[in-house]
Amino acid sequence: MRKMYAKVGVVPNADGSAMFAFGDTVAIAAVYGPRQLHPQHMQDPGTGILRVNYDLLSFSVYERKKPGPSRRSQEISKVTEWALSPVLDLKEFPNTVIDVQVYILQADAGTRTAGINAASLALAHAGVPMKDLVCSISVGKLDKNLVVDLDKDEEDYDEGEGATDFPIAKIASTNEYTLLQLDGKIQPGVVKEILGLADKACEEIYEVQKKALKEAIEQ
Amino acid sequence: MSAMECSNMTKETLDRMFTEGKRFDGRGLLDYRPIEISFDVSNKAEGSARVKIGKTEVIVGVKMVVGEPYPDSPDKGNLTVSGDLLPMASPRFESGPPKFNAIELPRLVDRAIRHSGILDLKELVITSGEKVWIVIIDIYPINDDGNIIDAATIGATAALRKTMIPVLDEKGGIDYHKKSKTPLSIAKDIFPMIITFFKLGDSVLLDPTREEQEACEARIAWGISKWEGQHMINSCQKGEELAFTRSDVESMMDLIPKKFDEVSEKLKKFF
Repeated sequence: MRKMYAKVGVVPNADGSAMFAFGDTVAIAAVYGPRQLHPQHMQDPGTGILRVNYDLLSFSVYERKKPGPSRRSQEISKVTEWALSPVLDLKEFPNTVIDVQVYILQADAGTRTAGINAASLALAHAGVPMKDLVCSISVGKLDKNLVVDLDKDEEDYDEGEGATDFPIAKIASTNEYTLLQLDGKIQPGVVKEILGLADKACEEIYEVQKKALKEAIEQ
Repeated sequence: MSAMECSNMTKETLDRMFTEGKRFDGRGLLDYRPIEISFDVSNKAEGSARVKIGKTEVIVGVKMVVGEPYPDSPDKGNLTVSGDLLPMASPRFESGPPKFNAIELPRLVDRAIRHSGILDLKELVITSGEKVWIVIIDIYPINDDGNIIDAATIGATAALRKTMIPVLDEKGGIDYHKKSKTPLSIAKDIFPMIITFFKLGDSVLLDPTREEQEACEARIAWGISKWEGQHMINSCQKGEELAFTRSDVESMMDLIPKKFDEVSEKLKKFF
């Protein structure tokens, strides 16, 4: 795995915030809420909602990314919501929204997984009641070799069976997966093996996240 | 608003029935409804297909246009998948800018098709670095009775298999008045599909009706095909808010190759 770095409290205005890096991939996340949801007709008296907005900043990639949402960023926003909501008890906060903003400062593959790790930390830092932290990692396959935490060069590998990218998120101390996405060619039997690798990586991520939260309290 | 909404009573009833392995229409939890494929939905399309799974109906058309290659792949043509959830197909679909489900559906189909290897983009080059074919697959559900993703992917594969490359005139434009005799070159032994598992409580099922789908709390769409004789997962996306456990995923990995073979066998008669 690439060197990880995590820090909470990077956006003082937010109720909670964090940064998370896998090597050259750097994500920051900020949480606002639970706060009243507007427009009012979107409010649900039965539950609060989680609303994630993920995007690449325009200078985070080689070819400048045009600002504004794309189909890709809308999809990643949604899968990030799905990855995080199982650890939140949103029914405790009817009529409200928890807004999570995730931005990528520097992209070298694994931006959605870095974003989820940052967002999970930011939610904890905001004091939103959570069952557990969510940890996320991308496991990949280059031709027939399994690798953890792909960077951009590895993602573009196209020999033999090519590159498979398998981003995964799990509820840290359980066997429950909240993000499973995949692109490439992989045999069903290998998927099981990959979950094992993801579990090990997530243990390391969990330690980095816990350390960052502790440091914030000690300050 | 969530794509899945239904009354608590329906949900509780279905949860109880699924736990007992029962469904309203008498199918087992992992049984598909009958699947039917027909072709030539539009004679203006380069290839088209209509797929029915039970009462769910999706039409898919392929158009081909001449364009420029992407700068980073001068020796490859392009594949684009798009489509819309037409308001005619369901009271749940609305006109206006595409909602998330309408954005997600073509993206899921795109990944399952693209990574299966059915289409070799290198064969779509007209002049290297300058002119290439762009294959555009458009997906339109006509009637949504659940499981649109699986139906759309079968439709996309079926339409690709019937696609003819348009004839070019001397200036390099398309001459629509000349009938094409050149089929789009695809790998005939590769038939990408998506098999989507749905979860309610602890029960996992396939091919839900709309009512069942709306009661479910999570779904996971697996793109699958066979490559060099081996089953290959080509894409995956978990959706909605419930988590899948390790044992859920492991039993799906055992089931998927069997289901894929079973469905492929049933679809053979249409080709």
